[in-house]
Amino acid sequence: MTTTTLAVLVPLLPFLGAVAGLLLGRTAPGFVRPLAVLPTLAAAALAVVVAVRQGGGKAIEAATELTPTGSVPIDLALYIDGFAALVAVLVGVVATCVQIYSTGYLREDPRYPSYAALVSLFTSAMLLVVYSGDLMVLLVGWEIMGICSYFLVGHYWETPEARAASLKAFLVTKLGDVPFLIGLFALATDAGTFRITGVLGAVASGGIDHPTLIALLLLAGVAGKSAQFPLHTWLPDAMAGPTPVSALIHAATMVAAGIYFTARLLPVFAESAAAMTVLAVMAAITMVGSALAALAQDDIKRVLAYSTIGQLGYMAGALAVGDRGSAVFHLLSHAAFKALLFLAAGTVIHAAGTNSLTAMSRMSGLAKRIPDAYWTMTVALLALAAIPPFAGFFSKEAVLVAAEHTALGDRTVAPAGAGWTVLVAGLLTALLTAAYALRLWLRTFHGRGAEAPDHGRQPLAMTSVLWVLAIPSLGFGLTVTYLDDWFDGNALTPTLTTAVLGTGLAAAGAVITYAVWRTLAARTPVGAAAPHVAHPDAEAGLVEAEALRLPHPAEDPADPGRALLGPLHGPAADGFHLDAVYRAAFVRPVLAAASLVRFLDREVVDTYVQAAGNSAKGLGWLVRRAQTGNVQTYLSALLAGSVVLAIVAVALANAAAGA
Amino acid sequence: MILAAHTTQAAAQAVRAAGAAEEHGFLSPTGVEIAFVLVGLVTLGAALVTVTTRQLVHAALWLVVALGGLAVEYLLLTAEFIAWVQVLIYVGSVVVLLLFGLMLTKAPIGRSPDADSRNKPVAAAVALAAAAALVWVVVDAFRTTWIDLDGAVQGSTEVSGESLFRHWVLPFEALSVLLLAALVGAIVLSRKKPSDQNEERR
Amino acid sequence: MHLAYPAVLAALLFAVGVYGVLARRNAILVLMSVELMLNAVNLNLVAFDVWLRDTLHAGQALTLFTIAIAAAEIGIGLAIVLMVHRNRGTADIDRLRDTAERPDSQDSPDDASADETPTGEKAEATA
Repeated sequence: MTTTTLAVLVPLLPFLGAVAGLLLGRTAPGFVRPLAVLPTLAAAALAVVVAVRQGGGKAIEAATELTPTGSVPIDLALYIDGFAALVAVLVGVVATCVQIYSTGYLREDPRYPSYAALVSLFTSAMLLVVYSGDLMVLLVGWEIMGICSYFLVGHYWETPEARAASLKAFLVTKLGDVPFLIGLFALATDAGTFRITGVLGAVASGGIDHPTLIALLLLAGVAGKSAQFPLHTWLPDAMAGPTPVSALIHAATMVAAGIYFTARLLPVFAESAAAMTVLAVMAAITMVGSALAALAQDDIKRVLAYSTIGQLGYMAGALAVGDRGSAVFHLLSHAAFKALLFLAAGTVIHAAGTNSLTAMSRMSGLAKRIPDAYWTMTVALLALAAIPPFAGFFSKEAVLVAAEHTALGDRTVAPAGAGWTVLVAGLLTALLTAAYALRLWLRTFHGRGAEAPDHGRQPLAMTSVLWVLAIPSLGFGLTVTYLDDWFDGNALTPTLTTAVLGTGLAAAGAVITYAVWRTLAARTPVGAAAPHVAHPDAEAGLVEAEALRLPHPAEDPADPGRALLGPLHGPAADGFHLDAVYRAAFVRPVLAAASLVRFLDREVVDTYVQAAGNSAKGLGWLVRRAQTGNVQTYLSALLAGSVVLAIVAVALANAAAGA
Repeated sequence: MILAAHTTQAAAQAVRAAGAAEEHGFLSPTGVEIAFVLVGLVTLGAALVTVTTRQLVHAALWLVVALGGLAVEYLLLTAEFIAWVQVLIYVGSVVVLLLFGLMLTKAPIGRSPDADSRNKPVAAAVALAAAAALVWVVVDAFRTTWIDLDGAVQGSTEVSGESLFRHWVLPFEALSVLLLAALVGAIVLSRKKPSDQNEERR
Repeated sequence: MHLAYPAVLAALLFAVGVYGVLARRNAILVLMSVELMLNAVNLNLVAFDVWLRDTLHAGQALTLFTIAIAAAEIGIGLAIVLMVHRNRGTADIDRLRDTAERPDSQDSPDDASADETPTGEKAEATA
C-alpha cells in the first residue's frame, strides 16, 4: 500500500471502530472491547509506518477536491510533514494506551460502549486534524473533538459538577471557536485557498493583507482549545470526567491541537509582531498563573489540570518566539508524561478511595499498595519538573533556548520582548513546577496516618499501560539529536546557560518545598482520616465517580503549598477568582438582560395579549346577558332591526331619488 | 316565469289606471270608499282589542269580528270568492280551533292579569315604528293610485275557479299534500304517549 | 277606490299583529296575532290583484293558498301548544326559556332576569 493510503486509513480506522461500537454496543457487548482497542491500535501502528516512510523528509501531499465552492475550493487534502507524522504517532499511542487502560478502568461501567466509541471517534477526529492539509477539513475534526470532549466530560452526568463542567467546556471552547472560524474565513479569503500549503505559499509571497487581525482571531480559537489564559477556565473543571478521558483529551491530545495548529500556521502568526507579542504575554500569564494555582489545589486531578495548562503555556511560549520545533517537541514529551500522570492518578484515586491530596497525606503506605503507579508517577513527575535526563528536561530546555535566542537577538522571527517575556516566565515556572510536582508526590505517597486500605492488585490493563508510557517519559529526550531533522532543523539540544538556570531553579523549588514540608510535618500533628468513598472495592470508574462527589477536607495546616504561597493561597486555590470575574462580567449582565426580556415579555407583551383576550371575554359576557331564552325578546330585536333597516333603506332611496 | 310575465302585463294596466286616479281626490270619496273606511275602522279596532284584551276568550271573539270585517273588505274589493272562503275557513274553523285550544290549555275564563308579558313596551315601540314606516312608505308610493272597481268583476267564484284550476292546478295539488302533511303532523303531535296514559291512569 | 285605503289598513293590521306577537304571553293569543298578520298580507294581495286586473289572478290564488297554509299552521301550532302545555303545565311563552344562557342556574326560570330583558333588548336593538 502506498503511504497515502496508509495515511488515509489512520483516521478512518478509529472512525469505523466508533461507528461499529455505537451500532453493536447494545446488541453485541462482547465485541465492544475489541472494537475499541483494535482499530486504535491498528491506527497507531499505521501511523508509525507512515512516520517511518515519511522519515522526516519531504512532506507527503495528496489532495482531492471535496466540493467546488465557487470562490475558495475545499479539498480533502493530506499534508504529512515531520510534525504531522510524529504527532499522529503520539496520538495513536496515547489513544491506544487510554483505550487499553479504560477496559480495566471502566470495566463494569454500563455506559462503556458509548464511552469507548466516543474515545475512538475523538481519536479519529484528532488524527484528521493532524493529517489534514485543508483548513476546512481540519475544522471538521476540530469541532468533532469539541463535541466528543463535551460528551466525555459529562460521562458521569448524574453529578451536577459533571454536567456543569461539560457545558462549561463546550461553551468556553466555542467562545474561542467563533472567532477562530471567522479567522479561518478571513485567512482563506486573503490566501484564496483553504489548503495549508497554499496558505503558507501566500504568506511566503506576502499575499496576506491582514495578518494581525487573522492571527488574533485564530489565537482566540487556539486559546480556547489549548486552555490558554483567559479561556483556560474550562480545563480544571473538565476533570469531572473519567480519568482516562482527562489523560487522552485534556492532557495529551485535544488541548495540544491548538498548539499543533499554531505550529502548522506559524508563518501566518509570524507575519504579525503584535500577534506574537500577544501570544507571548498570554503564554507567560498562563504559565505562571497556572503553576501558582497548581500549588494550591487539593484535588490531585486539578493539580494535574493546572500543570497541563502551564505546560501548554510553555508550548505557546515556544511558538511565540517562533520556534515550532521546540513547541512540538515539548508537546510530544508532555503528552507522554502527562498522560502517564493522569493514568497513574486514576490508579491512585482508585487505591486511596479519594481524590483529595489532604486525605491522601493522612494515609501511609499508599506507595506500597500500588508500586506500579508509584514508580511511573515518580518518573513522570521528574519529567514534569524537567530534571535531567527525563523527557521534560530536553523539551523544556529547547523552549528556553529558543526564548533565550530570541531575547538576545540571535533569532529574529519574533520580537525580543516576546523572548524576554517567555524566558523569564519560563524560568519562574520551572521553579514553581518543581515545587508543585514535589508537593504532589510527597503528599500523595508520603502521608502519615492510618494504613491505606488494600484492594489487591490493580488490573494488568491499567498497570502495563503505565509502564509503556513511562518509557517515553524516561527516554524520549535522548532522541533529541535525531529529532532536528523531523522539524524545521533548528537545534533542539540544550545549552549550558539555560540548562543550569532551569535545572537550578527547579532544584531550588524542590529543595524549598521539601524543607517546608519537613518543617510542617514535624510541627503539626497527624490529622484525622479524611472521608473515603463508601465502596472502595468497586471498579475504578465507579470509585472515581463517587470520589468526585466527596467533600474535600478542611484546610490542612501541613500543606506546604499553603505555607509557600502565603496570602496568595486563597486566590490561587480558586483559580484567581477568574470564574467569579467572568460571572460578574458576562454571566450577570446576560442574566439581567434575560430577566429584562422576560419582564418585557411577561408584563408588557402579554398585557396586550391578555387585554385582547379579556375584551373578547367581556364582549362575550355582554352578549351572554342578552341570551335570556325568551323568544319574544329575540323576535322583538329581530323585528326592530328589520324596521330600522327598512327605514334606512327607504330614507336612502328617497334621498337618492331627491338628489 | 308565467307569473312574472303576467305581472309586467298587469303593470302596464296599472299605468292606465293611474290616469283615472288623478280625477279622484281624497276629499271627495265615493260610497265604496266610505264603506271601506268605516268597516276598516271596525276591523282595526277589533284587531286592537284582540291583542290587548285581558280576557282570553274575548280575544278570540274579537278576532272573529276582525276577520269578518276583513271578509267585508274583500267583498268591497269585488273579491267575492275570497270573502266567502275567509268567512268559511277563518271564522268557521280557525277561530273555533283557537277556542278549542284555549279550552284545552285550561285558559282562565274572565280577566287574567298576566295576559301580556313584560315585553309590552318594547313590543309597542316596535309595532309603532313598523306601522309608521309601512304607512309612510305605502302612502308615499300609492297616494295617487286608483282601483277601478267598475269593470268586470275580479273575484267572482267563476273567475277565481277558472284561474285556479286552469293556471294554478299544480300549486293547488302541492298544497293538498302540504295540508295532508300538516294533518298527520298535528295528529302525531297531539297524540298522547302510552307512558303518559299509564301515568294518568295511576 | 284609492289603493291607499286597503294598503294602509293592511299595514296597520300587520303592526297590530306584530304587537300581539311580541306582547302576548299566552301562546294561543300569539297564534291569533299571527293570523292577524297573515290576514293583513292577504288584504294586500287582494287589493293589488284587483288594482292590477291580473288575468291570472295571482293575488287571489295566493290568498287562497295563504289561507290554506294558515289553516295548516294553526293546526300544527295548536298541536305544539297543546303538547307543551301537557308537558310543562303552561302555555306561557316567556316561561319556555330552556335556551337561556344561565351561568348561575339556581335562579328561578321565570321572572328572575325578566327585569333586565327589555332594557337589554332595547340596547341590542338600537345598537
